[in-house]
Amino acid sequence: MRKVLAVGRKEFRQIARDRRSLLVLLFVPAFFLLLYGYALNFDVQNIQLAVQDNDRTTASRKLVGTFVNSGYFNLVAEVSGSREYEELIDRGEARAVLVIPSGLQEDLLSGRRVPVQVIINGDNSNTATTVMGYALRTLQSASAQYQLQPASRPAAPPISIEARVWYNPQLRSALFLIPGLIAYIGMISAVISTSLSVVREKERGTLEQIRMAPLGTGAFIIGKTLPYFAISLATSVFIVLASMALFGLPMNGSWALLLLALSLYLVGALGLGLMISTIADSQQIAFQIAVLVSFLPTMMLSGFVFPIASMPAPIQAITYVVPARYFIVALRAIVLKGADLSAFWTQLAALGLYAAVMLTIASKRLSAQWT
Amino acid sequence: MTADHQAISVRDLTRKFGAFVAVDGISFSVGRGEIFGFLGANGAGKSTAIRMMCGLLKPTSGTAVIDGVDVSLDPEQVKTRIGYMSQKFSLYEALTVDQNIRFFGALYGLTDERIATRRRFVLDMAGLAGREQTKARDLAGGWRQRLALGCAILHEPRIVFLDEPTGGVDPVSRRQFWRLIEDMSRQGVTILVTTHYLDEAEHCHRIAIINAGRLATIGTSRELKQIFTSRPIIEIHSPRPVDVMRALEDMAEVEKTTIFGTAVHAVLRTPDVNLDTLAARLHGSGLVIDGVDRIMPSLEDVFLDVVEHA
Repeated sequence: MRKVLAVGRKEFRQIARDRRSLLVLLFVPAFFLLLYGYALNFDVQNIQLAVQDNDRTTASRKLVGTFVNSGYFNLVAEVSGSREYEELIDRGEARAVLVIPSGLQEDLLSGRRVPVQVIINGDNSNTATTVMGYALRTLQSASAQYQLQPASRPAAPPISIEARVWYNPQLRSALFLIPGLIAYIGMISAVISTSLSVVREKERGTLEQIRMAPLGTGAFIIGKTLPYFAISLATSVFIVLASMALFGLPMNGSWALLLLALSLYLVGALGLGLMISTIADSQQIAFQIAVLVSFLPTMMLSGFVFPIASMPAPIQAITYVVPARYFIVALRAIVLKGADLSAFWTQLAALGLYAAVMLTIASKRLSAQWT
Repeated sequence: MTADHQAISVRDLTRKFGAFVAVDGISFSVGRGEIFGFLGANGAGKSTAIRMMCGLLKPTSGTAVIDGVDVSLDPEQVKTRIGYMSQKFSLYEALTVDQNIRFFGALYGLTDERIATRRRFVLDMAGLAGREQTKARDLAGGWRQRLALGCAILHEPRIVFLDEPTGGVDPVSRRQFWRLIEDMSRQGVTILVTTHYLDEAEHCHRIAIINAGRLATIGTSRELKQIFTSRPIIEIHSPRPVDVMRALEDMAEVEKTTIFGTAVHAVLRTPDVNLDTLAARLHGSGLVIDGVDRIMPSLEDVFLDVVEHA
């Protein structure tokens, strides 16, 4: 036990004096949080809207007003013909154009159907879909104010939709992304820092000196990973708190469950880092392997950004060995839904299994290299 | 355990890496308080042999008994009885002198009181008193080397393995270092040391020359040099040593020649060669030479001879 503590204390001191470790452990997570938190945003806001109002009546101005007041559209130009708005779209100054036909007010008051044209720049299909959705919704709410004449009135749809979005009523993509971001940051800092720390001892020959001492592999591994575990757990909690302050992440579940999920996840990540250190002989190679096995899968194959359900089957199969996959589900369940353990215990079990397998392989390999 | 057993006793120690035999059936023993030198070229198998003796590497066959304990049976027990220091002076560079000492002390399971006592001893021995708060990376080579030695002997091991301990250290520090080694030996500590510096090997009580994994020869420096009693070595200085070497190689009584700077060493086949006649013959072939002298063979001569004849 004294030996474990001695190794842990030594490691802490080394981390505190090593700029590179500090960078990986503290600066990178903070940087990623800000970068991804602010930049990785699928919400579409401030859509530049050009209007060609051929009617120029109270009704047409009211319609334009509905668009502007929706909060999604910014009126950037009033145009008088297609040539003008084509140019605006080409120059990227307008993303959508609303063309109001003349006679809008008259037709509406006399209860006739009026076609209103919306032109959307489709160069980014994601944004275009979102803009179209907003435009349709805005038009629907505007047209609801008018009554069609009974003659042309179609039968009212017998089933109408009243959608309620739970857990994230405003559908802010930040709330969806941040749990993934926490998983991503935790994985990277834990895997990279652990793998580098063991390989550094290999490179400098201190590992050999330690092997000469009467110290078991177990004591070495525990002493070695304890500081990294403590630091990455603290960093993760800090990131959760920062996400609440900066991005309005709610905390609907229990902190104890959150810490449990984080701990299981981080132990698995540390195990992966140790495993890498038994393969790599130089810090450079360790870094490359660490990036390859933690950075990319956590980003691409965890459901962080791309939904797993829409991946092709073989890729979906790979995601089962990406621990972030389970962690993100558990994290979203705890933080957004306030779910209790029964809802996501399988995810935690998978994380525990992953951690156990990684640590077993890592310590087996390390003790094999030890003698 | 008996009082008179050997500190190190190695029997038929062999280690193979695939088809490559790194250490090939070496046997020797080292007595208590002895300074035992391991000489050999790079890749001769010295480090592999040391790693087996320290329990870091399992032998393919053979045994090593260290301080009465068979390494392959109880490597952990052996680790508590030996100290090990390598050419890398494996200290934690980001830690201070003091932190390094305390860390290695704890690693060997010393109590706080014992660490305090040993810490003072190591600081004195290494001349590091007053530099306790200096980071290891900021120490000059000689100090780092002595600190590394200090950390390796904190637990007062009875046997110390030094794997090329003087690499990259200036001559004054090397001399200081050997004084420490000799002090330890007088106090009964057994030292097994490998080195590249053949002049250093003269400090060893006995020397083993390892060549291609085999023990080529073993003995005191004087004993080893006896291979030259029937084959005297002569030294000839000349501004053109290469020409002198060629002329000597044509002579029937010369076994072989080696160039040392502006001097040529020649091993003669018989002890009764007349050096004046030899000098006259060299003069006769138009060579400028600055006398022909019979010299004492150095360990370097021995080493080269042994390696060549192996």
